[in-house]
Amino acid sequence: MKKIEKVNLPALFAAISEEASLVLPVKNGGMTNFALWSEDADVDLETLKTVKSAKDAFFPQSETLYSVHREEGKLKITRGELMDEDFVLFGVRACDARGFEVLDKVFLSDPVDSFYKARREHGTVVALACHAPEESCFCTTFGIDSAEPGADVDTWMVGEALYWKANTEKGEALTNRLSALLSDADEKAVEEEKANIRGIMEKLPYASLTTEGWGGDAQKEKFESPLWEELYKPCLACGTCTFVCPTCQCYDIKDYSTGEGVQRYRCWDSCMYSDFTMMAHGNNRTSQMQRYRQRFMHKLVYYPANYGGTFSCVGCGRCVEKCPTGLNIVKVMKAFAEKEGK
Amino acid sequence: MSVATEFKPKIVAFCCNWCSYAGADLAGSSRLAYPADVKIIRVPCSCRVNPMFILRAFEKGADGVILCGCHPGDCHYSTGNFYARRRMTLLFSLLDYLGVEEGRTRVEWVSAAEGVKFSQTMNEFVEKIRSLGENVRLGDLRCKN
Amino acid sequence: MQELVNRAKALLADGTVQRVLGWKMGDLAYNPEPAFFENEEALSDFVYNSFCGANLSKYMIEASKKEGKTLVFLKPCDTYSFNQLLKEHRILREKAYIIGVGCTGKISGERIKEAGIRGIIAVEGADAFAPAETLQVKTLYGDREIAYKDAMLERCHVCKGKEHKIYDEIIGESRDTADSDRMEKVREIEAMSPEEKFAFFQNELSRCIRCNACRNVCPACSCRKCVFDSTKFDSAQKANVDSFEEKMFHVIRAFHVAGRCTDCGECSRVCPQNIPLHLFNRKLISDINEFYGEYQAGEDDTTVGPLTAFTTDDIEPSDARERG
Repeated sequence: MKKIEKVNLPALFAAISEEASLVLPVKNGGMTNFALWSEDADVDLETLKTVKSAKDAFFPQSETLYSVHREEGKLKITRGELMDEDFVLFGVRACDARGFEVLDKVFLSDPVDSFYKARREHGTVVALACHAPEESCFCTTFGIDSAEPGADVDTWMVGEALYWKANTEKGEALTNRLSALLSDADEKAVEEEKANIRGIMEKLPYASLTTEGWGGDAQKEKFESPLWEELYKPCLACGTCTFVCPTCQCYDIKDYSTGEGVQRYRCWDSCMYSDFTMMAHGNNRTSQMQRYRQRFMHKLVYYPANYGGTFSCVGCGRCVEKCPTGLNIVKVMKAFAEKEGK
Repeated sequence: MSVATEFKPKIVAFCCNWCSYAGADLAGSSRLAYPADVKIIRVPCSCRVNPMFILRAFEKGADGVILCGCHPGDCHYSTGNFYARRRMTLLFSLLDYLGVEEGRTRVEWVSAAEGVKFSQTMNEFVEKIRSLGENVRLGDLRCKN
Repeated sequence: MQELVNRAKALLADGTVQRVLGWKMGDLAYNPEPAFFENEEALSDFVYNSFCGANLSKYMIEASKKEGKTLVFLKPCDTYSFNQLLKEHRILREKAYIIGVGCTGKISGERIKEAGIRGIIAVEGADAFAPAETLQVKTLYGDREIAYKDAMLERCHVCKGKEHKIYDEIIGESRDTADSDRMEKVREIEAMSPEEKFAFFQNELSRCIRCNACRNVCPACSCRKCVFDSTKFDSAQKANVDSFEEKMFHVIRAFHVAGRCTDCGECSRVCPQNIPLHLFNRKLISDINEFYGEYQAGEDDTTVGPLTAFTTDDIEPSDARERG
């Protein structure tokens, strides 16, 4: 266990960014999002939930896969660049950290996504335990411990110091690089902090939420439930929930004509949108009810069916806070639990 | 690749079929010069120009966009340019509000008999855009390389 | 609130309406959701409190396709949107039974959190008809207080007034909560240099994630298929791929609702990144008022809108610029 005084954090950030770019929560216009660190960045480690999750660092909202130019009468194809520089992603919460594992299962299994893989290999994740969990949090439902995120490095903000513990080789390497700034510390303060966090987690309004009844085997029963017809109605079909979600992984591939050539890029897609999975023959989900159902079936049924029972929700609660009409995955789970008498 | 060359502005001129396009024709047949930087797009009526056309032109690299139509009252479809006038007034005002330099957009009424006015307007407009330089605030970076 | 439920039950019972469009209790203190209630039992979940900011007018497009009448609860500012939708033939008057509900200013969880109050468990004083001066907020980390005014939505600070513009009956008192100048920020921006203006909007729009929430919640955005959703249209639509795309989207969206936007403020309410989208709409409203005479969209359901009308001596774009 190491530690650094809070007042020395700017020095720590400067030291990290000497050899790797540093991405961390930065406040802009009152909203906190992950952004590149610079000396005048308004770093915000207080806000629990960045608006967008940390997923952009590995799976950006849009990226160019390749571009095609005409050169001397011939077509020239230029491949999109793979990440080839190390970076540190600092201040990730336990839910987002688990979110990366959900993405890994999709992008690192065959066929491996080279863009994602390169970023993953070059990125070191420094997680920050949640000093003050909020009412919309329900990570415990998915077995996540916000007191011990389990990233490359875990950190805890206790009083006026940041406690630092490396968990992986990457984490050790970063710790060694920063050794001049970090001093040895005992575990006592951190153990107290962990107990404190876990105590709060038990008192949250969603503490008793369970995944009972969900999972890969529930496909037919859940798919055919008449409940969806009741639940989807207020949905505006916007993509807020999907775009703030740390685990939504669907993307679309599009072409952009620059006039001189074409750029093929991929961007996040949202199952809430009417052109989601549109194919030459049309669309296989033609109503908003179907699209709404897709989102939750994917998170709680299809994904666990495909990836050994893991759910594709980490309980970060961003959708709970951000949905313009107050819909969210918790309401869906509760409605089913009530209907099924669980 | 930045090679220091003289700035050649790209100007898009939307001209209505009945007056302004004919005005451009007259300018041509009267041998009145205006810079080749002006690319004319013929539209049935100034009212056909959707605000999106203007933005698209900027996106794809235009440095200035000018809309020409019949004089108010002379529209071939009687009232088209009256609607266009309101739309462009509001659109240009909104673009100013976003910080796009004022001189990059313009509306001018040019009749079929006004070859001289057409040529003068275009010369003036190109000069204005030359003084403003390249459009960087409303272009799409992807179209720049 | 019970009065609303009782009235809804009575109208369902006597067959005047087939369903009720209102708000349903949320599972947290601040997240009620718009809902259709098909019968009396379902109304046990009905709620109307200060967090019911959602404008229900747009749901009437769907409701107008259904059999029979729908009872809809509209706050004073929602009635403007309803009128506008009527004018555009998107909804049918005969399919709606409107109860104008009293509104005393709406608040949101976001605003409370912005004040630094975290872990909200319960909020006392958010009664729609008799709100407290100060909200008592019970949090995971102790009891906190916030002035009702400070928790109010931006749009309520520039309230259009307590008058319902269309209704069948009214329940509950409203109050005018305006305490600031609607065009103040617009004028502040107008006075900036082009460089400052550009920097201001570039920064605000840089947060845009293209979730389309502003568009989808907007009662004026009722096209069956948005041009930005067209696959034949060269637009990133859902990708924040280039700063031009954001400008394109927000300029075109604001322009498309110009003269039809009632300034209901839903776009700014729902933006997950808190982008002040109303600043686009208000600029257009301000220009329309100045160039073509005072106009309030949704004031009634008949007046011809400013962009579907003209006069032969309208201001020229170049003159408008000099005035601005």
